[in-house]
Amino acid sequence: MANVRLIARLDIKGPNLIKGIRLEGLRVVGDPREFATRHYLAGADEILYMDAVASLYERNSLSELIKWTAAHVFIPMTVGGGLRSVEDVRDVLRCGADKVCINTAAVKRPELIREVAQRFGSQCMVLQVDAKRTRQGGWEAYTDGGREHSGLDVVAWVKKAEELGAGEILLTSVDQEGTRQGFDLPLIKAVSTAVHIPVIASGGMGTPEHLLQAVQEGKADAVAMADILHYSRKGLDEIRAAAAAAGIPVRHPYPEAAAP
Amino acid sequence: MNETRPAVVVVDYGIGNLFSVCHALHQAGGEVALTSDPNRIAQAERLVLPGVGAIADGMAGLRQHGLVAPIRELVARDKPFLGICLGMQMMLDVSEEFGEHECLGLIPGRVVPVPPTGADGRPHKIPHIGWNELFRPEGGDWSQTLLAGIPERTTAYFVHSFMAMPTDPGHRLADCLYDGRVVSAAIRIGKAVGTQFHPEKSGPAGIQMLKNFLALQ
Repeated sequence: MANVRLIARLDIKGPNLIKGIRLEGLRVVGDPREFATRHYLAGADEILYMDAVASLYERNSLSELIKWTAAHVFIPMTVGGGLRSVEDVRDVLRCGADKVCINTAAVKRPELIREVAQRFGSQCMVLQVDAKRTRQGGWEAYTDGGREHSGLDVVAWVKKAEELGAGEILLTSVDQEGTRQGFDLPLIKAVSTAVHIPVIASGGMGTPEHLLQAVQEGKADAVAMADILHYSRKGLDEIRAAAAAAGIPVRHPYPEAAAP
Repeated sequence: MNETRPAVVVVDYGIGNLFSVCHALHQAGGEVALTSDPNRIAQAERLVLPGVGAIADGMAGLRQHGLVAPIRELVARDKPFLGICLGMQMMLDVSEEFGEHECLGLIPGRVVPVPPTGADGRPHKIPHIGWNELFRPEGGDWSQTLLAGIPERTTAYFVHSFMAMPTDPGHRLADCLYDGRVVSAAIRIGKAVGTQFHPEKSGPAGIQMLKNFLALQ
């Protein structure tokens, strides 16, 4: 089993790091550069920026932040929100991002997944799925920041995206997001067992135990964390130690790498 | 402060995003110059050859800019050299990525696909992506290289589908294990080192490696 990745997720609105509940009721947390630096130095494996309102305006406005981050934060960076075309992806990568997340535009035109994967490699193309539980006991993919129905069944959609060349799935539970009540484990498990590409569990992490559940029960390959880190409810070192103690492989942060 | 920053030249040959590499070298204390000028490359105090993408495109870019001879010359003079990812793979004789491609021939050997299965025989994911631990192969000496003082099992960030296979195991500087399969993480000849991983994406450990590289004379 590969090391489970601990990803710091920063949702951005304009100049601010924000946090909402179920992708709504957004509150300003602070300056994203400050928080990105802090999480980087604390040992985050990757950083993820999500332009929270980009889809509404159909554009990603993070280029200055991406450039700043590429110059100061030396871990892989993924950027999502409002990316609609191969040209949009190219621009974000040119600013210094390593991967992109696409949701709404891929739902509208699934071929975009193939185009991005062929041009920049599958490792670059992360499909973002915002999933809401349905009354029938399944999940439906939502677009535009969790506002719009797509009519797509999440499990069928991720299988199709994998065929089209998606390299990873960023799976956010809209129901759990911002609640700190834990991940939607049946959702993570349903998606992880449906595809062979890595699944990043997102939405609901309130304690390190939630991470253990996402990995052990949900079979997630990576976990995205937001307010647990932003509000310093737990440190990355504590979360990493809890994972290691439970037998989940996580990387050894430098410079303690030599420790057993 | 009037301290001089160690000079480092980064080869710009028209492929990939060199932004991260240049910033990481700057963060590590270097005075970074990005160029495709063969003279400046041949005369560099220290040279970095980054690279992403396909090896055919990479070698075509070097040839188009007339950079093959200057790079060989610099390495022959035993100046510090660092090839990153594709830049490391180009250090060998030949790459098997989509055909056979002649490379720089700094280190005897070939570039071959990452094994498609783990040690248990089960297929695993290609490309090999993510943080993986560095090990010192038997006889590997990390002193006087960018890995000097870096503890074994330090993790570095990898994204690749092909890997270096030096003919002489003595050129292996560091390895990692991908599902039990040995993958070359760094190779070396004199002061020329290639890393399959990306120091510029490997966090504080990667920055320390670049500092070590900049300290080489």
